[in-house]
Amino acid sequence: MNIEQQDFYTQAILSMAALVGLTSFLMLGQGRLLRLIFVFALQGLLLTLTTALAAYSLDSPHLYISAMLTLILKVIFIPWMLRRQVLLMNMHRDVEALKNNTAVMLGGAGLMVFSYYVLHPIVQTSSAIMLNALAVSLSVVLLGMLLMISHRQAVAHVVGFMAIENGLFFAAIVATKGMPMVVELGVAFDVLVAAVLFGIFFFHIRTSIDSLDVDRLNRLHEVDQ
Amino acid sequence: MNWLLAVIQTLLFVALAPLLSGWLKWCKCHLQNRKAPSLLQPYRDLLKLIRKQPVVAEHASWIFTRSPYIIFSAMVLAASVVPLIAVDLPTAASADVIVLVGFFAFARFFLALAGLDIGTAFGGMGASREMTISSLAEPAMLMAVFTLTMTASTTNLSLAITHVLNEGLVLRPSFIFAMFALILVAIAETGRVPVDNPTTHLELTMIHEAMILEYSGRHLALIEWASQLKLMLYGVLIANIFLPWGIARDFSLHALGYGLLAVSGKLAVLAIMLAISETLVAKMRLFRVQEYLSFAYLLGLLGMLSHIILEASR
Amino acid sequence: MIAAYLVLSIPFAGILFFAFAGHRQETGRLNVRFNAVTLAATVWLVINVLNNGTLLSAGKAFIVDSFNVYLIVLTAFIGLTTAIFSAPYMEHEKQLGKLTEKRLKLYYSMYQGFMLAMYLVLTTNNMGVMWVAMEGATLATVLLVSLYRTPESIEAAWKYFILCGVGIAQALFGTILLYYAAVQIGDGDNALLWSVLFDNARQLNPEILEIAFVFMLIGYGTKIGLVPLHNWLPDAHSEGPTPMSAVLSGLLLNDALYAVVRNKMLVDGATQGNLAGLLMMGFGLLSFLVAALFLHRQKDIKRLFSYSSIEHMGVMTFAFGMGGPLATFAALLHMTVHSLTKSAIFVTVGHAAQLAGTQNMERIRGLIKTQPKIGWGLLIGTVAIAGFPPFGVFTSEFLVLLATMHSYPWLAPLLLLGIGVAFAGLFRHIQPMVYGENPEGQLPIKANLWPVMVHLALVLWLGLAIPDFLANWFSQATLLISGSMPL
Repeated sequence: MNIEQQDFYTQAILSMAALVGLTSFLMLGQGRLLRLIFVFALQGLLLTLTTALAAYSLDSPHLYISAMLTLILKVIFIPWMLRRQVLLMNMHRDVEALKNNTAVMLGGAGLMVFSYYVLHPIVQTSSAIMLNALAVSLSVVLLGMLLMISHRQAVAHVVGFMAIENGLFFAAIVATKGMPMVVELGVAFDVLVAAVLFGIFFFHIRTSIDSLDVDRLNRLHEVDQ
Repeated sequence: MNWLLAVIQTLLFVALAPLLSGWLKWCKCHLQNRKAPSLLQPYRDLLKLIRKQPVVAEHASWIFTRSPYIIFSAMVLAASVVPLIAVDLPTAASADVIVLVGFFAFARFFLALAGLDIGTAFGGMGASREMTISSLAEPAMLMAVFTLTMTASTTNLSLAITHVLNEGLVLRPSFIFAMFALILVAIAETGRVPVDNPTTHLELTMIHEAMILEYSGRHLALIEWASQLKLMLYGVLIANIFLPWGIARDFSLHALGYGLLAVSGKLAVLAIMLAISETLVAKMRLFRVQEYLSFAYLLGLLGMLSHIILEASR
Repeated sequence: MIAAYLVLSIPFAGILFFAFAGHRQETGRLNVRFNAVTLAATVWLVINVLNNGTLLSAGKAFIVDSFNVYLIVLTAFIGLTTAIFSAPYMEHEKQLGKLTEKRLKLYYSMYQGFMLAMYLVLTTNNMGVMWVAMEGATLATVLLVSLYRTPESIEAAWKYFILCGVGIAQALFGTILLYYAAVQIGDGDNALLWSVLFDNARQLNPEILEIAFVFMLIGYGTKIGLVPLHNWLPDAHSEGPTPMSAVLSGLLLNDALYAVVRNKMLVDGATQGNLAGLLMMGFGLLSFLVAALFLHRQKDIKRLFSYSSIEHMGVMTFAFGMGGPLATFAALLHMTVHSLTKSAIFVTVGHAAQLAGTQNMERIRGLIKTQPKIGWGLLIGTVAIAGFPPFGVFTSEFLVLLATMHSYPWLAPLLLLGIGVAFAGLFRHIQPMVYGENPEGQLPIKANLWPVMVHLALVLWLGLAIPDFLANWFSQATLLISGSMPL
């Protein structure tokens, strides 16, 4: 089915999917923490728009609540908290030297292909659009993991963690038109608590190793040395 | 009659290009809290330059003196194939995007040659920088353009625009990417901030200005005019490919007038956006330009990929 | 059903109480009482389930059937005994100056929070809520792992947080796929309810479910501690306070496995092939063997036993994956005896570490001379966990082996080898700790070993003879999971 034959909602969802995927790639290659946080907030905004769009076109008011939650949590609260940490730690001038940036980017592209490969069986039972939406969200999840692997700053790890949540949320909105309300509230609550805990952890890590570089959390080993 | 229209469109292009530059400068001045020159200032500058006698360096060969004419004519030819206010003009048959990219390359080639010709250090440096940037920008531009042509199944600009018009409002992820890629390329190719700064003559940073440092009089006027044309060409490309609504599809006076109005409006908005971004963004170091352009390339590539993955029929 | 609501509301009240009441001398004892009341409620719940069969709450939000009810009791029981142990233990830690009153307040409040999350995972009928509760369990315990605020404990907690958070995100993706498959056949509101899904499993799209299960296994498998997703587990166990290690090992891992098995039941209903089972077998066996090898190269006593936990979770995952009545029965039994034994061991280890003032095994010596109770407790616990007859772990491992010989005979040697390697790995460390020369000036401490004795006695009892009602109970659960009665 060609894109011209789809309705406007589907086109918009596909465009959103593409943009959300792009923001994930942007985060992957970003060495500056403030910009990373900014792109993360942008992704949250795209997510909010997608949710609001879904709520409007599917006429399901409970999605508006999800959209509001996303806006407050992922666009405002978490970026604000992370930004404050970065400014507090005076890290906003540091450019993190990303090792093997090219390899990481290529790895990211590989992960995207992998997502399509994994989810391909779905195409038999539903539209290609679903496949795209799910594959993009899976790759956002995987790219979030890659982000955590390739960055050393704890702040970047939190961004990766939350980006993973974004991917899951996108899947839930697009593929299944939102999870049942109780689940969504539960997930939002978990994210909120996680964000607060991350804030506490930044404080602890800072006081214990005087930096937020997680490479320096290296005291524990799998076997004795 | 139709040929006459084509000629008029080209003339309009040539005539309006300085106005666009003037408008851009006006917006920028206002954004930066400066007193703005008149919108017509670029015309006055050109007129003044044309009246002045050019001073030519002792060692300059014929390339140096001929280049301004060649560059200017290449740009005028390019302008003649890009649909400004109407599609399906007789020139549309040759309105191929690859030809267009060829015209740009041709003009750039002579500009670089002219920069090298007189043998000053700045000219050579500018030429080398210009070629570096364009060698990176061209693939990105082609990638973005191919995304469009794959959707429309043609490399003809006029047909492609008609195709987009016929489909009505379709949100295409590939077009979003391609548009961003093309905007980035346009900024690099027309020498705007953050790649180059058209208003500075600082040795370390200038690219375009370094090549034309030795020009004066009517030669300089032509080159300035050509680069204003180039800016407008890119603006029209972006505006008319991705948002073609308003362009005239028949040749009634009403439709043409409406087309002119639409394209002016679109260009005005684009110029405002450019002015804002130029005010907000600082010029980047020369060595980071390649990152910038590879990002543009990545966007173009993503556009093409998302066309294949998300939009093509299965 | 009121009993189930009680089981959930008592810990909830506990969270609020401990969070707002402030720390007092008797908080530890109050914690014990909260857990005791919960245990009583679970017993009531059991009686209900035994009399009436599967219970579904109004609105189908909660389900209690023969599979989860015994886990609920086990959870409450271990919660209680660990609370009994933790009251004097934490008081002692406070006297050593390792903890402040504020942190103790956090500890008790989150202890109840963890218990609530565990009960919610077990009782909920909604796969999405199950995920939320599972994540909630991480969130509740993560600050407890870093309770001592040493650099090591903060590192461990960070690892625990990040790895489990990322891992369990995969499970949410699996849950979304499951939901996606479910809305295709029915209405959206009930589409995540396990009981509804289970009844309509045949209609679910097998391909989507298989993909979903892979994500679930990776996600919840991180929590189970399956190799290669296990890195957080030894760190979190070794750096947190000992009662936390006991409940993490005894309860959290079980509940994660419970979530996987619930999902496997759905997948088995929908698909013809045995992908889910084979995956679980593979991961289980790998974890079992790798963890057995890692036992040999440990220095820290709590790390040693956390690798032993990974090893045993591997056995259970393997057995559940094998399916079939005998293997399932064995896995259920193993879950019980492992939880009991492992929490007993962690309690003993906690005392041993307090006695020696270190967790480094090279410096823990002569326990049996200084304080015979602790020495014997550690020795017997290790004997039990290593799978010696007549303890219950032997019975269940023997049954797993039997089932393996029956279905996959060529895997039996690997299993035997793993058991042997694990046995050697445990005893090379334990023997000198128990029998070696005690260092100068090592003094006995005040220790409450009642929980240990009760646990080990139960494990012994289960090894000698499984009481009728319990066997019946396990058989019912086996019937539910594998579709036929054992033996």
